Amino acid sequence: MKGVLKKISQINFGLMSPEDIRKMSVTKIVTPDTYDEDGYPIENGLMDPRLGVIDPSLKCRSCGSKGGDCQGHFGSINLARPVIHVGFADTLHKILRSTCHSCGRILLTDSEIVDYKGKFEYLMNNEDSLTNIIKEIYTVARRDKCPHCEEEQEDVKIDKPVSIVEGNYKLTPSEVRERLEIIPDEDALLLGVNPEVARPEWMILTVLPVPPVTVRPSITLETGERSEDDLTHKLVDILRINQRLKENMEAGAPQLIVEDLWELLQYHVTTYFDNEASGVPPARHRSGRPLKTLAQRLKGKEGRFRSNLSGKRVNFSARTVISPDPYISINEVGVPDLIAKEVTVPVHVTEWNMEEMKECIRNGSDVHPGANYVIRPDDRKIRIYEETKEAVIDKLEPGFIVERHLKDGDIVLFNRQPSLHRMSMMAHEVRVLPYKTFRLNLCVCPPYNADFDGDEMNMHVFQTEESRAEAKTLMRVQEHILSPRFGGPIIGGIHDHISGAYLLTRESATFTEEQVFQILRKAKMAIPDRTGETWSGKQIFSLLLPNDLNMVYKAEICRKCDECLKRECKNDAYVVIEDGQLLSGVMDEKAYGAFAGKILDHIVKEYGTDRAREFLDASTKLAISGIMKAGFTTSTNDEEIPLEAKERIEIHLHKAEEKVDQLIEAYENHELEALPGRSLEETLEMKIMQVLGEARDKSGEIAESYFDINENHAVIMALTGARGSMLNLTQITACVGQQSVRGGRIDRGYNERTLPHFRKGELGAKARGFVHSSYKEGLDPIEFFFHAMGGREGLVDTAIRTAQSGYMQRRLVNALQDLNVKEDGTVMDNRGVIIQTTYGEDGVDPAKSDYGKVVDLDKLIDEMRIKSGK
Amino acid sequence: MKHEMVPDHAVLSKSESNKVLKKMDIHLEQLPKIKSDDPVAKSIGAKEGDILEITRKSSTAGKFITYRLVKD
Ligand SMILES: [Mg+2]
Ligand SMILES: [Zn+2]
Ligand SMILES: [Zn+2]
Ligand SMILES: [Zn+2]
Repeated sequence: MKGVLKKISQINFGLMSPEDIRKMSVTKIVTPDTYDEDGYPIENGLMDPRLGVIDPSLKCRSCGSKGGDCQGHFGSINLARPVIHVGFADTLHKILRSTCHSCGRILLTDSEIVDYKGKFEYLMNNEDSLTNIIKEIYTVARRDKCPHCEEEQEDVKIDKPVSIVEGNYKLTPSEVRERLEIIPDEDALLLGVNPEVARPEWMILTVLPVPPVTVRPSITLETGERSEDDLTHKLVDILRINQRLKENMEAGAPQLIVEDLWELLQYHVTTYFDNEASGVPPARHRSGRPLKTLAQRLKGKEGRFRSNLSGKRVNFSARTVISPDPYISINEVGVPDLIAKEVTVPVHVTEWNMEEMKECIRNGSDVHPGANYVIRPDDRKIRIYEETKEAVIDKLEPGFIVERHLKDGDIVLFNRQPSLHRMSMMAHEVRVLPYKTFRLNLCVCPPYNADFDGDEMNMHVFQTEESRAEAKTLMRVQEHILSPRFGGPIIGGIHDHISGAYLLTRESATFTEEQVFQILRKAKMAIPDRTGETWSGKQIFSLLLPNDLNMVYKAEICRKCDECLKRECKNDAYVVIEDGQLLSGVMDEKAYGAFAGKILDHIVKEYGTDRAREFLDASTKLAISGIMKAGFTTSTNDEEIPLEAKERIEIHLHKAEEKVDQLIEAYENHELEALPGRSLEETLEMKIMQVLGEARDKSGEIAESYFDINENHAVIMALTGARGSMLNLTQITACVGQQSVRGGRIDRGYNERTLPHFRKGELGAKARGFVHSSYKEGLDPIEFFFHAMGGREGLVDTAIRTAQSGYMQRRLVNALQDLNVKEDGTVMDNRGVIIQTTYGEDGVDPAKSDYGKVVDLDKLIDEMRIKSGK
Repeated sequence: MKHEMVPDHAVLSKSESNKVLKKMDIHLEQLPKIKSDDPVAKSIGAKEGDILEITRKSSTAGKFITYRLVKD
């Protein structure tokens, strides 16, 4: 890359004068045609060779450089009659409204002018914004009579998009231009037009710049047919009408015809700039597709700004479906060999890697650890073919660059959209694997929010040593186990990973030495010496823990007993780890689950990320071999309860419904007393909701009391935090409960009733969306309908929430992207202005904090207690 | 200005101001601004060019000190 580095001190925005446009133009464009019969561009046509070349074999007539080097040159069209530029129509209207139509002075009194000039100067010296004062001038400078020449002023209106009407007379662009020409420079400045760089009349076009062909390249279809760019089509239209207008004017055609053609010219020029201007039918292609003209190229999500400048397409990237692989490290990503052979890493050839690189070239582009290209020191890029291989190998010298295939151990960037936080892009080590999907360890699903129902992810290959080094230190997965959101682990076990740990470490789990060795072998862990004793699962799990680890905490399965029995807890929910030995308690979500894992959290914070990665990798495998030893399955049989339980639930729900009826009766007999601050209706509604809520909860409790964690896998999952909740299970077993829309019982639908099956004004449980049945029994049609209403609301809410939060995210990111934290903890923006004197006011990096705090003293004391208690 | 929601504002002396700027290694214009007609600035008689020391309660740090430059 050659070039001169310069610092921009100032950017001026102005308008191009007709002279500027003519000076810039390399040729006048007259003919509306592009190519002649032989396919050569016509002189003075829209493809005039002086406008620049694209074909690298041709030389540019204007600048002499080859196609590709020449950035193109503007031409110009002399318009037969002036037209208004759509983009300035509003400004023109405002200027005409605020100036005198006969003397051209601004409609301000002399004293006002002096006053505003002073203010202008002050603001300009301070480099402050002028927008507000200009707005004020435009509102003040509206008078019925000119203060300078006493001329009465008629009201000037704008008829969108470009017609300017005075009283009842429509001004022609020529007339508008004449009025603008007589506005003095000093007055123009007050109207916001800086006379140093623009004149108001330049907003009326007399010459139209024609962009170079590089801006509107024509494409050749397979049939050999030429297809022109939309802009070229539009320019052809302009030229045609321009020519007809000129001919008619010269022939002295009737005023009416000339005016019609003039209007048409105005239409074409308007749509050339903006084909979505309000009040103009968009110009269409023969196929009926609206043309994409200048404004459409820039605007919106697919426009130049958002699609080409704020975001770009890149090389050395890949995208495919993801699938799980618990046998690779959390730091790794499985890359299909097909992809590994396509995306490459540039390697500088040295004496030391010469042989290795030669071997790669020998393998070629089809065999895995191969290479696709060689770049010579003179920057020539040579593709490696079967036939040229040997020649390339012979010429290979230090200083060459070989683009070799991706191989195991390479660092790549891995990403899943929507990239909402920094953990959405992490650096992984490559593992080249067969088949066609990216493979990832299940522990990294939570930060990416990935699952395997068809999700796809992107991979980017680093191309420089600097980027690789930076990624390895800052972006590696193991460096992101702790989330900057809450200072706890966001990477960790999910689903079977947690169930497995529970099955392995629960009280009843004992294994013969033989079984233990099988489990350990499967988990690829070191096999201990034989002792001949039976093992507890807790002992097996302790093999993963650091030898000096001391911890106490309550597990996820803790039922929050009134008085905690601590180590004697009958649920085995009190976890005690002493010197790396799990003495009591089971391993569940609180051990190493994403978002909750206490042991994981402790290991990252006390032993570092390397140790934490080892722990997660090993525990994934151990938990999986644990779960496979026991076997794990679930079905609706897990939600079965005995007949007696069903009867109890039925009786209970029946009582609740009766109670609701009593409440309604009390209300109807005016016996109900209103709660403070509530109307009678609100009170009734609240009481009913409360009764029905309690009924659902109680029915759930009854069902729960028949569930046994020791033989019910669904319950294991719900209680350990692996998947699902107790509420899910009781809704399947006992009672689905009240459905709601807008936070209350359902009260919409028909006139004064929810469905025609009820009486008007009926307030009973069933009439307002209480679902008495369980999912397993099945819902009756009325219940089903109410359930669908509630379900629909949920779906709509999520859809709206994502749209809203997406927009908020975009604006926040745009506002915050240039802020950075300096070495001393101050937060500054890109101009060096201080935003916050200390980051977060306490200078704490939340990702390195202990759940947002610098230290958790209670936790420290607990640990010391265990140590000293021994 | 004794309301709980209004943090303490104090005008720094010339030497204190210089000390603050030196400590933070910045020039005056890099500080956040406060309007000289801001009610707080008016009530403590701050003039253009003064630096205000603002001491406020902080949910993360307990007490937090920041500075603002008075501007017209
Ligand atoms: Mg999915
Ligand atoms: Zn050129
Ligand atoms: Zn006048
Ligand atoms: Zn307990």
